[in-house]
Amino acid sequence: MTKVIEDRRPPVTKTGTLGWIRSNLLFPWYNALLTLIAGWAIISAVRPFWNWAVTNATITLDPTIAKEYSGAAWGFIRDMWPVFMVGVYPEEHRWRPMVALLIVLALIMLTLVHKFRGTKWLYTLWGLSPLAVYLIIHGGFFTGLPVVDTHYWGGLMLTIILAAVAMLFAFPISVLLALGRTSDMPVIKSFCVAYIELVRGVPLITILFMASVVLPLFLPTNVELDKVLRAMVGITMFFSAYLAENIRGGLQGLGKGQYEAADAIGMGYWQKTFFIVLPQALRIVIPPMVNNFIGILKDTSLVGIVGLVDLLQIAFATTSNPKWFGRLEEAYVFIALWYWILCYSLSRYSQHLEKKYASK
Amino acid sequence: MSQHAQEYVRVPFWRNPQIRAWIYQFIMLGGLLWVAFTMYQNTLANLEKRGIGSGFGFLKNEAGFNIGETAPLPVLQSGFLWFIAALIFGLFASRAISVWLKKKGTTITANDKTVFAVITLVGIIPVLVLFLGSDSISFVRYTESSSYITALMTGFANTIKVTILGCIFSTVLGLIVALGRLSPNWLINRLCRWYVELNRNLPVLLQLFFWYFIVLQQLPSVRQSIDVGGWLILNKRGLFLPAPIAQAGAWPFCLAIIAAVIGIYFVYRRSIRLLNQTGTPGKIFAPSAALLIGLPALAWLITGTPYTLEYPVLKGFNYRGGIDLTPEFTALVVGLTVYVSAFNAEIIRSGIQAVSKGQREAARAIALKERHIMRLVILPQAMRIIVPPMTSEYLAIAKNSSLAVAIGYPEFVSIGGTILNQSGQAVEIVGIWMGVYLTISLVISLGMNWYNAKIKLVER
Repeated sequence: MTKVIEDRRPPVTKTGTLGWIRSNLLFPWYNALLTLIAGWAIISAVRPFWNWAVTNATITLDPTIAKEYSGAAWGFIRDMWPVFMVGVYPEEHRWRPMVALLIVLALIMLTLVHKFRGTKWLYTLWGLSPLAVYLIIHGGFFTGLPVVDTHYWGGLMLTIILAAVAMLFAFPISVLLALGRTSDMPVIKSFCVAYIELVRGVPLITILFMASVVLPLFLPTNVELDKVLRAMVGITMFFSAYLAENIRGGLQGLGKGQYEAADAIGMGYWQKTFFIVLPQALRIVIPPMVNNFIGILKDTSLVGIVGLVDLLQIAFATTSNPKWFGRLEEAYVFIALWYWILCYSLSRYSQHLEKKYASK
Repeated sequence: MSQHAQEYVRVPFWRNPQIRAWIYQFIMLGGLLWVAFTMYQNTLANLEKRGIGSGFGFLKNEAGFNIGETAPLPVLQSGFLWFIAALIFGLFASRAISVWLKKKGTTITANDKTVFAVITLVGIIPVLVLFLGSDSISFVRYTESSSYITALMTGFANTIKVTILGCIFSTVLGLIVALGRLSPNWLINRLCRWYVELNRNLPVLLQLFFWYFIVLQQLPSVRQSIDVGGWLILNKRGLFLPAPIAQAGAWPFCLAIIAAVIGIYFVYRRSIRLLNQTGTPGKIFAPSAALLIGLPALAWLITGTPYTLEYPVLKGFNYRGGIDLTPEFTALVVGLTVYVSAFNAEIIRSGIQAVSKGQREAARAIALKERHIMRLVILPQAMRIIVPPMTSEYLAIAKNSSLAVAIGYPEFVSIGGTILNQSGQAVEIVGIWMGVYLTISLVISLGMNWYNAKIKLVER
């Protein structure tokens, strides 16, 4: 009779919470040391911040009471919230950006419903939405709303509008640039290469300066562009070059057989491009394009240097106000939180898309 | 048959794709020329309306504004031609030597004497010429009465300084964070991951403002400076360190250090040769240390102290003398470093992870030591993946250094902006900016392409 050896449980130090702690934090000895160092670093960074942001903080709206607390005065954010959102947009019209936001949010909600995706009416609504948002925020024309000049736009609203406009206009331009760069017509190709390399070789700030001080010189003497429009032109120019390189990657990633098959069934250039090449190429480049959009969103903060009051510049505008003078820390933490949430969620979205397309 | 041929000929010319392509291109060229011409006309009209002249003549005018941080700018004198001549002669002579050796059938790596000859020809003779011809280079420093062009060059020097420091620091920091993300230690891993996520999702300008307006403002005022024995003084106005002042013995001292480095190279070669011939490597540490300490010490003894230290002293409202790291400079370098290091860390991490697991296992199977596995097996393969994206990060540092304009560090764009405000010569200034940045971008990408070609997998 063979002796049956009973199954033994693994040693308690190798499994469960204890095993996990041992293998991930404590062993070998230098791991324990690293854990200590990392723990010390985290505590010494988080503790003062926690004390400042929570323990010693206050949310009172009264600046004189807030001065008695050594920590953050979040009342400043409560007080200035609308200014952070829309800048110096007239107070009695603040409902208009709100409505515009609701329109966009409603569209996003509708898109999330699986049944509605890919329907024509949803595409039409999305196509009309930029116009609607512009009409509501700017006013004038046939709407009967009083005009609020771009001069008054600011805050988070301006940041998002700049990024969205740049993406909207840079996309078609960059598709054309990428097609031009991969075409075999020498004049068009060299123009596209020169444009892309020139723009990618210089910092955004020089392009913004160009758009704000040189562009007016290039236009006829009687044409005046306002500041926001000039910044939009600059950012669009800048990002169309970067986007074009991404799209070119997609065009080159497409199998040669696709082009040849389209030629074989007698398609013309534009038919081939619109029905065969672009639908496939653009799908490949959606994740890098989302990353590009994150880049635009972050880089719109540079428009402050040419005199616009975007989300970042609101920090200076609100803290130079005598009521909440010098509350820069709170303003920065608040602004950083906004940028971080927007960029981080977009980057997670791009990772999600990448996984989705990779598994197909 | 002939009927078909006739039909083929009768295809109208606007149906011919090649002719059509040329027609499109002519239309586009015509359109571009028209746009350029209109812009030119408009610019002339606008400039006339505003009473601004055109051309680069204004660059010679006196600048008249103060620059907080100046660097000595090299100005070439006539003697510099001799240096160029010596350098060209050295290059040609070393080329001739290598051609001669190839004819003889020996490779250059086999012969120490030839290597030394080449180093002498290419390196030492031109440096000697530079040293002996004292009128070959002189240095000027920007003052308020200097010209705009000197101001721009000062800004350019500052840009280069920030870029180089940013590249080095961000690579080192990025490497550390990448290793942290690869660490099996859970806490370190998480810490590094959130470091990356935090930094790359915040605009770089916000980070610069954070360092400049918040962190550096926490430092004590000038009267309450942190003072470490007069050597290191830290306050709101910056970090002050003693500066080395070159004395008569500085040149021989530097030459001695260069000679020692060249000597160490030969010691290293000898060690490799002995390893190949006898199986035991030649001694490296002792002779190298002797060279590195001995030669400069000898130069010190013969020619006297090469450098004296100048300490910062409190004069009036601020410290004077010594090396002064201004808060603007510190904020810019720290901000750029931290921002870019997050991207570098991700690039390095994905590069290391892309090396297949089998490589590490194979290296362990042939009993390589852990440190050798990293250095000899993993890193060389990872470098091929890491280098191209790192190039664009280095370019990003060069370009993002222009954000200094927002915190007032006098670099190229910021000084250009001041000149633009003073003189109104917008087209010229923007043109100079773009030209210079294009050149920097080209130089960095050429250099990295050269390096990339060198480490590329050699395919048969």
